[in-house]
Amino acid sequence: MSVVPPVLSCTETEQKWHKPRTMGVKPGPVDAMVVVKPKPDATPASGIRSTLYKGYSGELLDPSTLNPLPAYADMEPDSLPLICRMNITSDKPLVDSIFGKIQTGSLPGQPKESTGSAIQYLGTATRRLASARLPFIHPYLLNCGNKTMANNFARILSSKRNVGILSLIGAGSLTAGFLLNHEHVTAGAQVRRVYPASAEYPDLRKHNNCMASHLTPAIYAKLVEKATPNGYSLDQAIQTGVDNPGHPFIKTVGMVAGDEESYEVFAELLDPVIKERHNGYDPQTMTHPTDLDSSKLTSGNFDERYVLSSRVRTGRSIRGLSLPPACTRAERREVERVVVDALAGLKGDLAGTYYSLTHMTDQEQQQLIDDHFLFDKPVSPLLTCSGMARDWPDARGIWHNNTKTFLIWINEEDHTRVISMEKGGNMKRVFDRFCTGLKEVERLIQEKGWEFMWNERLGYILTCPSNLGTGLRAGVHVNLPKLSKDPRFTKILDNLRLQKRGTGGVDTAAVGSTFDISNLDRLGQSEVQLVQTVVDGVNYLIDCEKKLEKGQDIKIPPPLKK
Amino acid sequence: MGSQWLRVCPDLIPRTVTSFSCLVCSVRNAIMPFGNTHNNFKLNFKVEEEYPDLTKHNNHMAKVLTKDMYAKLRDKQTSSGFTVDDVIQTGVDNPGHPFIMTVGCVAGDEESYEVFKDLLDPIISDRHSGYKPTDKHKTDLNFENLKGGDDLDPSYVLSSRVRTGRSIKGYTLPPHNSRGERRAVERLSVEALNTLDGEFKGKYYPLNKMSDAEQEQLIADHFLFDKPVSPLLLGAGMARDWPDARGIWHNDAKSFLVWVNEEDHLRVISMEKGGNMKEVFRRFCVGLKRIEETFKKHNHGFMWNEHLGYVLTCPSNLGTGLRGGVHVKLPKLSTHAKFEEILTRLRLQKRGTGGVDTASVGGVFDISNADRLGSSEVDQVQMVVDGVKLMVEMEKKLEKGEAIDSMIPAQK
Repeated sequence: MSVVPPVLSCTETEQKWHKPRTMGVKPGPVDAMVVVKPKPDATPASGIRSTLYKGYSGELLDPSTLNPLPAYADMEPDSLPLICRMNITSDKPLVDSIFGKIQTGSLPGQPKESTGSAIQYLGTATRRLASARLPFIHPYLLNCGNKTMANNFARILSSKRNVGILSLIGAGSLTAGFLLNHEHVTAGAQVRRVYPASAEYPDLRKHNNCMASHLTPAIYAKLVEKATPNGYSLDQAIQTGVDNPGHPFIKTVGMVAGDEESYEVFAELLDPVIKERHNGYDPQTMTHPTDLDSSKLTSGNFDERYVLSSRVRTGRSIRGLSLPPACTRAERREVERVVVDALAGLKGDLAGTYYSLTHMTDQEQQQLIDDHFLFDKPVSPLLTCSGMARDWPDARGIWHNNTKTFLIWINEEDHTRVISMEKGGNMKRVFDRFCTGLKEVERLIQEKGWEFMWNERLGYILTCPSNLGTGLRAGVHVNLPKLSKDPRFTKILDNLRLQKRGTGGVDTAAVGSTFDISNLDRLGQSEVQLVQTVVDGVNYLIDCEKKLEKGQDIKIPPPLKK
Repeated sequence: MGSQWLRVCPDLIPRTVTSFSCLVCSVRNAIMPFGNTHNNFKLNFKVEEEYPDLTKHNNHMAKVLTKDMYAKLRDKQTSSGFTVDDVIQTGVDNPGHPFIMTVGCVAGDEESYEVFKDLLDPIISDRHSGYKPTDKHKTDLNFENLKGGDDLDPSYVLSSRVRTGRSIKGYTLPPHNSRGERRAVERLSVEALNTLDGEFKGKYYPLNKMSDAEQEQLIADHFLFDKPVSPLLLGAGMARDWPDARGIWHNDAKSFLVWVNEEDHLRVISMEKGGNMKEVFRRFCVGLKRIEETFKKHNHGFMWNEHLGYVLTCPSNLGTGLRGGVHVKLPKLSTHAKFEEILTRLRLQKRGTGGVDTASVGGVFDISNADRLGSSEVDQVQMVVDGVKLMVEMEKKLEKGEAIDSMIPAQK
């Protein structure tokens, strides 16, 4: 260290908000103007309708229907909710409040306690909390009667772990809302306020990602009430998309799943996002084919004068454990344990060693860096904002076989990332090893009673919706000096359903004329189909390159079916 | 019932009662959205499995949090749902630096300092020079008690500044709050600030609605704050939903400035060019008192108690939360062997002119008080005033080639 850092560190660095930050993504020249309609199915007539309130015309209901006392008639007096103890009638004198004139005795009109005494109330509340064991189930929930109002409450309450009721007092003069939280309502305790969905809805006007395109206020209001059985909420799922507005040229997904159930509980938002990201694949109606029979692959050997290396990667999640955005330390350590246990059972050319990020020696670290295997704490805000980098580097590590052709990352962006790679153009052998290795690992974890997250609608379940289905990216590093300068290059790639990246991976530029060419699609086609697409496509590109070398002309291929 | 403390959100009042269906309108999860809201689920795992690996960590939290303490605290939560894992997440994610001892934990609401007392009291004691759980903190915002401060030599002291933070009672703090809560804080703050008049009359500039011209001007005035980049802050979750409900308010004279929803609910700053710290402090105290009055009128005081003083997000800012400082030219003194020693004895700290974590430019340093808790605002600014005066004298002596050994003070 050349400079001794200051003693205390805090926040007041000179900021550069006014300078553009593009995180390595720089706008480039535009080949064609693409006009996209924001919502292909929307008409000017359909707008956003609020589902919080329904328009109702007709006679106002008799206010006596709002009387809570009959509904709670058979409850113990000391466990009645607050609304019953307030003695609400329409003939109370009015007093001033910040809302104007309201009835005496109503909640907004309560006397305000002085600043200094609040800490005493806090003390009472915390002493109660300190003795309370979670989860707290109010006795009311255990014996709710047959009253319709009680049933409504019970159904709503029992779906949440904490007891919170938001209700309106509609007794004539003023309607007000307040929060009832049974376990925390004690004399002098500070009752927490809760906001309606409209106050919580994120400001997405400057955002360009799939989540922002599909999260209407109505969907937000509906889903924000819900949580998965592990407690993962909608706000957590969309946080990364709210924090990262996106880029005008690149449309990111903007949300993640915290666990397998997220794809069910938040289906109303995730299904349109998946549909947009995966070319119209509709999880409600379609099924995803899984095929790991590598023997079906044809022509998988590339001309090594052009193809420098071949690689296939995918991800797998362990069913029953939360995904990286939501997992606790214990769950993450469990993932590590389960996977490392299974990998220890691999034999033959798959036998290998595990290197935990926390316990790695300097020598091992240097070797992994030299092999280009080492992954580091994510820096992209797209990832860090979703919470997947918490507790780094606890329970993270790298496993690879002795021949360094089969590699597994543990607890990086997904539970596991499985990579098969080799120098040269033998994609067939790379894919063979990929499939064999995956099947072996699956067999080994099944022996211990675990399995991968998979279902028929979505294929293999991973953290990012963009990786659903196969989660597979099969690619090559290929040298195409002439073709890459041809103006038709991008169109050819598009029609072949391929994408190019720089040789450093996503968000990097190409070095010289060597590109990383891989499949665009993930969901809706099987592993065999996608790798075949890459094989056929890369062979076509090499063919074009050869033609250009000989001075012949090339043709743009017809677009492949998506 | 009379002592029920409630808050009603005006947003919940519909304009008209139009339908029976709006009676039971929504049952929101009582827990704030961000963080380890599934605390109950975590309790299914044993303590050993959940306890973080702090072997390579160097921060106050790691020094204090034993496995037994974690076991004791992990099933607790504040009434807004803040858990011990939320408190320590930033400290777990940022192991620290061998030379710098960071705090490594944050509070999510006022109650955190009670519920997680067992963890936070030793940290507070460590960070604030042995402050005991039974100690009382003195608050003194009477600017007339400051002696001197209007005579710092302007050829050395380039600018003077005092800042502090305030949290609005009853609202959760930036690591924990939801968008709705943060927007409510913004609304309240802007309402209160817009009632200020006289020398404090000013305007609010929300970060997400600023025009380019306004932005340029705020940058030129050195007022604009940006999304935090420090992983210490990001790890605690206070930069979520940026720039929603964040903004800057300043008076027309550009000498009094309030940041809304940055690291704390409010950061109040008084500054001007030159060395008149007395005036800066006067404006600071008067402005703060006015703001506090306005908030109280709307039934929202600031978070304060006798033991911890003003309650803020980071335990290092408890007490006064005050950092009073100057930009001062000390090219010769800063290269003197005893510079650090002098600063420590005067209970001052130095930073570069870009603020914390920056280097000094041209021998100009940001010198400010090191203490926050256990001494009053007046005491702390007095230390800055006296200390800087002494250091400027030393600088002058060194310019003349004289020795300063006799001037080196005793430990304050």
